[in-house]
Amino acid sequence: MTFSVPAILEAEIDELITHYPVKRSASLMLLHAIQEHFGHVSREAIEWVALKLGLQPINIYELVTFYPMFRQEPLGKTHIKVCRTLSCALAGSGVLRDHFCKKLGLDSHKHGAQTTPDGKFTVEFVECLADCGNAPVVMVNEDLATKVTASQADQIMSKGRAN
Amino acid sequence: MASEFRLILKHADQPGYTPDMECYMRHGGYEQLKKAFATPARDLADGKKQSPQEVVRDEVLKSGLRGRGGAGFSAGLKWSFVDRKSGKPIYLICNADESEPGTFKDRQIIHKDPHQLIEGMIISCWANDVKLAYIYIRGEMPHGAKLLNKALAEARAKNFLGKNILGTGYDLEIHVHRGAGAYICGEETGLIESLEGKRAYPRIKPPYFPAVLGLYMCPTIVNNVETLCHVKHIVAMGASEYAKLGTPNNTGTRIVSLSGDVKRPGYYEIEVGKATLGEIINDPAFGGGLRDGRKLKAIIPGGSSSKVLKAGEVFKLKRKGADGQMTAVDVPLLDLPYDFDSLQQAGTMSGSSAIIVIDDSRDIVDCLANLSEFYAHES
Repeated sequence: MTFSVPAILEAEIDELITHYPVKRSASLMLLHAIQEHFGHVSREAIEWVALKLGLQPINIYELVTFYPMFRQEPLGKTHIKVCRTLSCALAGSGVLRDHFCKKLGLDSHKHGAQTTPDGKFTVEFVECLADCGNAPVVMVNEDLATKVTASQADQIMSKGRAN
Repeated sequence: MASEFRLILKHADQPGYTPDMECYMRHGGYEQLKKAFATPARDLADGKKQSPQEVVRDEVLKSGLRGRGGAGFSAGLKWSFVDRKSGKPIYLICNADESEPGTFKDRQIIHKDPHQLIEGMIISCWANDVKLAYIYIRGEMPHGAKLLNKALAEARAKNFLGKNILGTGYDLEIHVHRGAGAYICGEETGLIESLEGKRAYPRIKPPYFPAVLGLYMCPTIVNNVETLCHVKHIVAMGASEYAKLGTPNNTGTRIVSLSGDVKRPGYYEIEVGKATLGEIINDPAFGGGLRDGRKLKAIIPGGSSSKVLKAGEVFKLKRKGADGQMTAVDVPLLDLPYDFDSLQQAGTMSGSSAIIVIDDSRDIVDCLANLSEFYAHES
């Protein structure tokens, strides 16, 4: 399948490029726009962005591999990021992640992002989400859930199952 | 007894206060921008003349404002290092890459009062002849980025941004730039590399001092969100009135992020140095103390990069005695005034003003292993 960017997204991308005196600066914003639309950044997308900005694919590829938010494979529809850094850890984020993993049939001893076989959920530990006063915090796709209890976690999962 | 002093967060949590332009204007929004634009030139005692922009820069210097991001460096001095003779454009970047573990103060400003930041930024840009500026916001704040974009569009519609702002002949554009989850982007030269579309590897200083060789090898100012908000209040109050807030050499207010083992974690704005660590942790108006039956084990006083302080430690602080001479005074941990200089003298730092409290139920090795893992992942 060939990679194609819808006209409306390309118009958004062209506008983003005008924000910078040097096109290359737009790289991260373009990758965000691509990932928001396609769910991940494929090899073809990397080449497309590079061409768009007059760069070599390696210039974009090295960003996708450096910045943790970009992913080259599709993730689950509901992406659950549990904060693991100290304030959240003190508030029980380790137990919370285990709870998500257990309920979703994932291995809590495994490191890194894990996706359920049905593609509905991805669960991962992430570093400080900068809302430590409301620990433990969890990002569910673009939304931040605060002071998350086991029962709130269950709600997040039942909402995700319905998606 | 210490209490909060809300300057930056004056409106943020008031019922009905919303992050839109209309609400901001109802609360005196953009009046300080107009005031700054109307600043008269000043004749100095030595016969030299200060332009209106130089006057505002001088006010920021005299206010004693120190960077709220982590280093606590004089904002006015930082501005004074900018190479204004190179003929190259000068850029300003607002560092909104809030990611020092324990810190969640800029989040409050961005989400609840984005126009305050934008007004502070426009004044700062105008005072430094900046025509193009960026807000570098961390990737994990997608709603914050949307709110800022909306606020910037509202400011453009009112001609607080764009061409010939309010008929002054001054042009300025501000754009939001999103990071993508790398802590190192908070370091200013790493942030600049990231804004140039590269991996955020910090540059070597010298020669890459941002004030001379920053974004696109042009002079660049990088200031924290909270720092830029203070500029608005310095214009409003004047440097000498502003400097009465806080304590000498530690002026103004600061938003403290409090988390960990306290009853009331949260953010509290204080006059710098007017509350002690003990008051912030234990007073009912602040942290409300540790959970019942728990004792203090340690405090991380200024974000996870600051040296951990043990319960019961006593520090030697330099203080001016009655005879005007500096003497060393013993100050117990909980009596340390929460300011830049006292914490530095105690061998740690106030950093990003994020306090993490650890009680006696915790294994300190576990806590530090957790933070080591953070740094391992982020390097």
